[in-house]
Amino acid sequence: MKYSKTELMICVAARLMEDYSTCFIGTGIPMLAASLAQKLHAPHIIPIFEFGGIGANLKKLPRAVGEGRTFYRALAATGICDIMESAQRGFIDYGFLGGAQIDPYGNLNTTVIGDYSRPKVRLPGSGGGNDVGSLCWRTIIIMKHEKKRFVEKVDFITTPGYLGGKGKREESGLPEGTGPYRVVTDLALLDFDEETKRMRVISLHPGVMLEEVKENTGFELLVKEPLEVTPEPTEEELRILREEVDKERYYI
Amino acid sequence: MGNKTIEIVEEGIGELIQKPDVEEFRKFVREKKRRALVEKVMDEKEAVSQFIKDGDYIGVELYGTVRAPLSIIREIVRQGKKDLRLAGQGLLEIDYLLAADLVTAMDVTYIGYEVLGLSPIFRRAAENGKVKIVEWSNAAMAWRFKAAAMGVPFIPIRSMLGSDTFKYSAAKVIKCPFTGIKLCLLPALILDVGIIHVHKADKYGNCVIEGISGFAFEMARASKRLIISTEEIVSTDEIRRYPEKTIIPYFLTDAVVYAPFGSHPGEMVYLYERDEEHLKMFLRMCETEEGTKKYMDEYVYSVKNHKEYLEKIGIEKLMKLKYEKMGR
Repeated sequence: MKYSKTELMICVAARLMEDYSTCFIGTGIPMLAASLAQKLHAPHIIPIFEFGGIGANLKKLPRAVGEGRTFYRALAATGICDIMESAQRGFIDYGFLGGAQIDPYGNLNTTVIGDYSRPKVRLPGSGGGNDVGSLCWRTIIIMKHEKKRFVEKVDFITTPGYLGGKGKREESGLPEGTGPYRVVTDLALLDFDEETKRMRVISLHPGVMLEEVKENTGFELLVKEPLEVTPEPTEEELRILREEVDKERYYI
Repeated sequence: MGNKTIEIVEEGIGELIQKPDVEEFRKFVREKKRRALVEKVMDEKEAVSQFIKDGDYIGVELYGTVRAPLSIIREIVRQGKKDLRLAGQGLLEIDYLLAADLVTAMDVTYIGYEVLGLSPIFRRAAENGKVKIVEWSNAAMAWRFKAAAMGVPFIPIRSMLGSDTFKYSAAKVIKCPFTGIKLCLLPALILDVGIIHVHKADKYGNCVIEGISGFAFEMARASKRLIISTEEIVSTDEIRRYPEKTIIPYFLTDAVVYAPFGSHPGEMVYLYERDEEHLKMFLRMCETEEGTKKYMDEYVYSVKNHKEYLEKIGIEKLMKLKYEKMGR
């Protein structure tokens, strides 16, 4: 069955969502991934949205992090303090984020492109991104793989990854044992090397060569040997994604 | 027990655009917050002229296109209240005020239209350096309101650390005197005026919100003056029969404005969906300064009040948006 790069990216992200885990869902692709996971292997996943939605039935795809669909048939509808405080006390297992730029240590920029005082492009800003990346146990980043996005140094660290390398998060006061866990792109699945905390390719998507990944990355990538190949989306994954998750075709 | 001072490890370079003066706030709450049970129902015009003045620091609740107090914001624009400082947690609210050139400084967390893209108005304001901007995270802004609601000048948190979001904020990093770990201290954010759109209120300002409550609880308590707009005015008897639902008791509220479809073109959960068509048109028009001006003329300046605005949108359109597709 034919599929698009976006569809593959959603499937890969969804597979990372474990049943019965608490997942902080940001806007965009994480919403599709959570919905797909809930309909397939993780029916008991607890999706958490920053303005108060806890444990929604993601029957209808949310288009914004505060809208009604983030707490449709939910366990609870609380507020942003409760959600962020839950993350701060260690209750949220995974946080799913996107970004405009990422560096080798998983630091994310969603604030400005160019100089801060006179930016070329002013982006929205942190939103809950900084809190998710600071407080959730494992952060999973979903981004399109392009050289202008995967850069040696981000223009602005909106959300901390491993900052300057191993131990730097803890040095800055961020909670121990947290940080970026995976990066899902349209070309590959990546993690972070234990010793250096630099980004590392662990799996290539079907038909993608390592060279192509390197060409689309603006910094030196580590590669895990042996490199795996990401399983293709199954017919069931694609069918549910198209017919149930994003029926209204907001993203796919 | 040697060192008795708390060490400040690092300081953000952003300006503190509203001082966390909790002593002054206490006095205000004692002297100016009315305990008397008085009727506060009034229209947008009266609420804005009575409770908002030039130079005020104002905040709106919730974020995005959800439960947005837009009938109040359009009236602020019409009255041309200027030199406003804003807690940038709204979206259309912020954009309308920026488009009308009424804002001098903002505490910002996220201004963007999510699935519909960036905000052209905010982009222009930031890229031209027209408005002073201080960065925060979403949790930080909510916790700053929480600190104000608690009546303390700061609150320690564990996000923002290590980032440029911190660097361009007005927060500080200290070493915790109990554990030695580094903590980010946020200054309390006391609003001159808070504006919140709710599902139900009685004539005294007791309010009910359905669904998620965002940061309404904290912001209502962090506001010196509080303007409520509501989809429905209910009896006090209904409020008193379900007191667990009262998120804002009347003594926090200064004005109650009856504003059905007050969140349009945003949504109101369980009542109506957001107006996707209108939002897309708004974003398209706002790509240029001229288009923005045209939009503002058409939908803000040329209508006298909320009733005229709703007539302009049209009953047919409003009925189409009624929240019937999903329900509860």
